[in-house]
Amino acid sequence: MTTLLIKGGRVIDPANGIDEISDVLIEDGRIAAIGKKAGKAKTTIDATGLIVCPGLIDMHVHLREPGQEWKEDIESGSRAAVAGGVTSMCCMPNTTPRLDHAGVVRQVIERAKQVGLCDVHPIGAVSRNLEGKELSEMRELVRAGAVAFSDDGMPIWHAGVMRKALEYASSFDFLVIQHAEDLELTAGGCMNEGRISTQLGVSGMPAVGEDDMVSRDIMLAKLVDARYHVAHISTQGAVELVRRAQAEGLKVSTEAAPHHFALTEEELLGFNVDAKMSPPLRTEEDRLAVIEGLRDGTISVIATDHAPHHEDDKRCGLSCAAFGIVGLESLLPVSLGLERDGVLSMSGLIATMTSNPAKLLHLEAGSLSEGAAADVCIFNPGEKWTLDRNKLFSKSRNTPWHGREMTGRVSHTLKGGRVVYQQGEILV
Amino acid sequence: MSAVMQHLFGIAQLSKNQIEHLVNLGESFIELSRRPIKKAPTLRGKTVINLFFENSTRTRTSFEIAGKRLSADVINISASTSATKKGESLLDTGETLAAMQPHVLVIRHSIAGTCEFLADFLPHTSIVNAGDGGHEHPTQILTDLLTLKTQAGGYDGITMTIVGDIAHSRVARSHLLAAQKLGYKVRVVAPKTLLPSHIEQYGCEVFHDFDAAIPGTDALYMLRVQTERLTDNCSFPSIREYHEAYGLNSRRLALAGDNCVVMHPGPMNRGVEIASDVADSVRSHILDQVEHGVAVRMGVLTALCGSAPDPVKRTPRRELEEAAMRAQGKLL
Repeated sequence: MTTLLIKGGRVIDPANGIDEISDVLIEDGRIAAIGKKAGKAKTTIDATGLIVCPGLIDMHVHLREPGQEWKEDIESGSRAAVAGGVTSMCCMPNTTPRLDHAGVVRQVIERAKQVGLCDVHPIGAVSRNLEGKELSEMRELVRAGAVAFSDDGMPIWHAGVMRKALEYASSFDFLVIQHAEDLELTAGGCMNEGRISTQLGVSGMPAVGEDDMVSRDIMLAKLVDARYHVAHISTQGAVELVRRAQAEGLKVSTEAAPHHFALTEEELLGFNVDAKMSPPLRTEEDRLAVIEGLRDGTISVIATDHAPHHEDDKRCGLSCAAFGIVGLESLLPVSLGLERDGVLSMSGLIATMTSNPAKLLHLEAGSLSEGAAADVCIFNPGEKWTLDRNKLFSKSRNTPWHGREMTGRVSHTLKGGRVVYQQGEILV
Repeated sequence: MSAVMQHLFGIAQLSKNQIEHLVNLGESFIELSRRPIKKAPTLRGKTVINLFFENSTRTRTSFEIAGKRLSADVINISASTSATKKGESLLDTGETLAAMQPHVLVIRHSIAGTCEFLADFLPHTSIVNAGDGGHEHPTQILTDLLTLKTQAGGYDGITMTIVGDIAHSRVARSHLLAAQKLGYKVRVVAPKTLLPSHIEQYGCEVFHDFDAAIPGTDALYMLRVQTERLTDNCSFPSIREYHEAYGLNSRRLALAGDNCVVMHPGPMNRGVEIASDVADSVRSHILDQVEHGVAVRMGVLTALCGSAPDPVKRTPRRELEEAAMRAQGKLL
């Protein structure tokens, strides 16, 4: 029997309401006990001064495999994930081929198992080839391992198709995740429409291009009694729409990406392509609205929208640069700002990256319950370090946080009881 | 002028003194183009490359003549003949040309920010922005200021009324910036479909009714209407209605004071944004603008040529990128 003891850390397990200085005993890859005297083990990790929590879940990443392996692949994405404390992630279907056939879904899961660092749960395509016309075989995709559905990167555009997608998915309690973007209003845009886009002389993507889509979808979700999830919410209007829908008792949920609560459109000054993503960085009012949504629970999940791009796709001027930034390795330090600013308690913050997404997606992950797989993240919430894009584990370097001081750093990541990341090194 | 300027990206980077210096420098070159022998040795031994990714006749020719009259070697490259057609990236084209050691690259591109972007990678070349997307067109504004200075009562404290597609106009943006620095007033006139968001941040007056904006105007500045853009994206119902609502005709010109001048950055659409009789009237300074464009560009090339540091060794892209980020304060 292999045993491991994580000793003396502040153990936070939101799923079980635990927040105390304690030991965690792991036996044969599973959580055996949590307590002051949990037991003895062959190996010990001294977690004094550190926080010990369930391995993080990132329910919104782009792994680029199959099809665009020069940007990222399942191995490099998994390395980036565990370096960021993430032990389960959901990959979006806009690969080539798309995740719209069971074979491709199985292939992704299989490859992730071979890599063996991080669980990968594919999000299946809502529509065949992400074209927004015909539905994909959702039941078949779920049998293959898909945990939810989205056409992310593209909205499910036609109201009729969206209605049917919500109706069909909800018949089997599947979750539909919408990339809410009204393409007619955002056409040609490369950043938020507003003060800065006018200064730079570029076309903008107005906030209402997100709001109108969320508004329509909520009405459809109400009509057909479906579970509906807004991906990467970024506007004040959309947060308010979701808040009202939840107050009405609708099964509407949403997630926020760290960049949308940490950065604003000001980052684009100087034509900064590493601050270009969709939905774009918005105004300070929007940023504060996203934070308020996290505070009051309207937004229950933090997810990165990790979107690796090769520098050749970024080094070409703002309006033709690819949308997206990498996020796995900055997820925790950036999000910890919410705790420091008093928006969320440490336990509440960790819940947005563990128990909340697990509940939404019915994942067996995100807790330190006795008998659960020992996926654990150990981090120092106060350690300061400087993010260097040249030292990321991701294959891509497109991050707006290059050269900035981060507070909070993952020291160990455990997957199934095995230490896979420790002090800057991947252990395989 | 205080610090030596390596690049001219836009009006935003310039101080009031720098703008006035460049206008005055341009003024000193007007006379050269009127001589029988239009040649001065100022830029002998200097190489200027005009790299134009968008169609342009007047701006490109203007830069070419400006360089040649000052004895620089001027090379023109347009997108249709360039390597871009063969799939080369903008950055590779820029680096390739820079490796041939020109003193100045004059660039026009439809992507806003192209010059700033390339400059990070081309530290030994001076870059002049000849128009980047909807962002800036600094030499046009310097030209207009020279025209106002020599053909009208100057630009101090005047009211300039800019009419047309403000949303997509780099000329309008650059004028709005120059107005804030030099203290002239700008009125913008357009329907909401042709105004960008948050235009009021420039401290300009906004009008939808052209007639109401005219009284008190010292310079009527008509923007070129891109006719296909206007109707294709529902910005305007028809050219006919545009001319009726925002075209400058003699009736409207009569609403302005006797000293009001008419300007246009060209090329004009007669009968669309400007009626022929107005374009050809004594109030029109459109051809003066063209003449002054050459003079101002001579001034700009003179100010910039040779201001870039000489190459010591070729630095890898990544190092250049990091250095540029550090210079912009984006790195610790």
